[in-house]
Amino acid sequence: MTTDPHIVTSFDDELRRIEGLVLEMSGLVEAQIQDCVTCLFRQDLELVQKVKASDKQVDRLELEIGELAIQILAQRQPLAQDLRGVVSVLKIAGNVERIGDYAKNIAKRSSTLGKTPPVDAATATMKRMSATVQEMVRGVIDAYVARDLETADLLRDRDEEVDLMHNSLFRELLTYMMEDPRNISPCMHLLFIAKNFERMGDHATNIAEQVHYLVSGTLPGDDRPKSDKTSYIAVDSEAS
Amino acid sequence: MLMQVDASDSPDIMSAVGAHMPPAISARGVNVYYGTKQALNDIAIDFERNQVTSLIGPSGCGKTTFLRCLNRMNDLIEGCRVEGVINIEGQNIYAPAVDVVALRAHVGMVFQKPNPFPKSIFDNVAYGPRIHGIASARDELMEIVERSLRRASLWDEVHDRLDQPGTGLSGGQQQRLCIARAIAIEPEVILMDEPCSALDPIATAKIEELIDELREQFTIIIVTHSMQQAARVSQKTAFFHLGELVEQGATEQIFTSPQDTRTENYITGRIG
Repeated sequence: MTTDPHIVTSFDDELRRIEGLVLEMSGLVEAQIQDCVTCLFRQDLELVQKVKASDKQVDRLELEIGELAIQILAQRQPLAQDLRGVVSVLKIAGNVERIGDYAKNIAKRSSTLGKTPPVDAATATMKRMSATVQEMVRGVIDAYVARDLETADLLRDRDEEVDLMHNSLFRELLTYMMEDPRNISPCMHLLFIAKNFERMGDHATNIAEQVHYLVSGTLPGDDRPKSDKTSYIAVDSEAS
Repeated sequence: MLMQVDASDSPDIMSAVGAHMPPAISARGVNVYYGTKQALNDIAIDFERNQVTSLIGPSGCGKTTFLRCLNRMNDLIEGCRVEGVINIEGQNIYAPAVDVVALRAHVGMVFQKPNPFPKSIFDNVAYGPRIHGIASARDELMEIVERSLRRASLWDEVHDRLDQPGTGLSGGQQQRLCIARAIAIEPEVILMDEPCSALDPIATAKIEELIDELREQFTIIIVTHSMQQAARVSQKTAFFHLGELVEQGATEQIFTSPQDTRTENYITGRIG
């Protein structure tokens, strides 16, 4: 990719502005993830409100990015890396917004969890999973800023770790529910929370793919390891 | 890098002519000098049948010079010397025995500014077939004129005033008249040198639509300064810079992910 300036300097200004909006939005969402993790492990109703409010701001930014992207497409008719830049900004913003939604959902469920009997056994895996997802989201945004294809590809492969942790949480929570029906309510919420983290990982993967496209002009091949097996896990009634 | 030939994006054509047809035009080692100044440096490129190829690049890059090599228009410029081989339908057009007049009947040209003859619309189109001896009787000529004007999408607008001067038409109509004039002698190749740069967007759209239709019968090579036009009308694009052919490939690839930084800088409007 070239970093030479455009002859029309206002075009560079617009491209910088749209990238700035993506970074602002990503910053908010990274903070949301951090906050929702805090909510999860240490019930904090104030923080839940903060995540909800921040989500509105994220939605506004996504709209603004969409409008600016359309304006650039209409007025500049970008080509080559400029075209890839605008198209990937649209997709990255969409994925970042979804990640924010999941963070909000986790925060809301966390406040509900505070009212149910605690289930501590899944905490360790949940902590590792949330930490990995946080690293992925932060990493892909950094890779986007740096136009770093190698890092983007490495992060894309990390989604497998998240899938494996999700599988293990799924089994673990299933066991608790079978052990004691009073666990069902908190475990269901934890299951959804785990699913939300798993989806965040998928969206971070999508962003990594957009970075790959932005830098190289091609999407990465479909050879990524996929390990989400939860769709195939069933309770073995004999064993229970 | 310069030799890639992408026939996969035109399966309809390939099945029609057979998968192993040689290219319509094949240029190798083309050097052009104006006096001592070298304008083109070792150009090698193939043009496929029934495809539109755009030649793009900044002013003075040699794209028009190269276009004019393809029907030996550069012969008319004093001090201009062309080296290398350009085969059209298997024949080297720079071989000593080549009849340049016959060559230009095979390789028609449309220029930047519409340049109809100061004659009637009918005579503008009938002129070529007449001097090349394709037809002489009035009714034969009439048939060619009507067919050519229809193929150039101009018939409906001028059929009731064929005896009026071609110069009285609008700019866009004049350009389509020039296209009708070029195709009246059934060339194999049509060269277009910025055919829309003097036209408004509607007249431009009509010419572009026409180029797409003419592709079924002709091999078309177009020089254009409009990236969007190149992207819209051509299947292949070649980028020239300082007398060199820097990059060529499928139009879609050139405009979404060019391989050479000079191409990238040019098409994105950067200071390279």
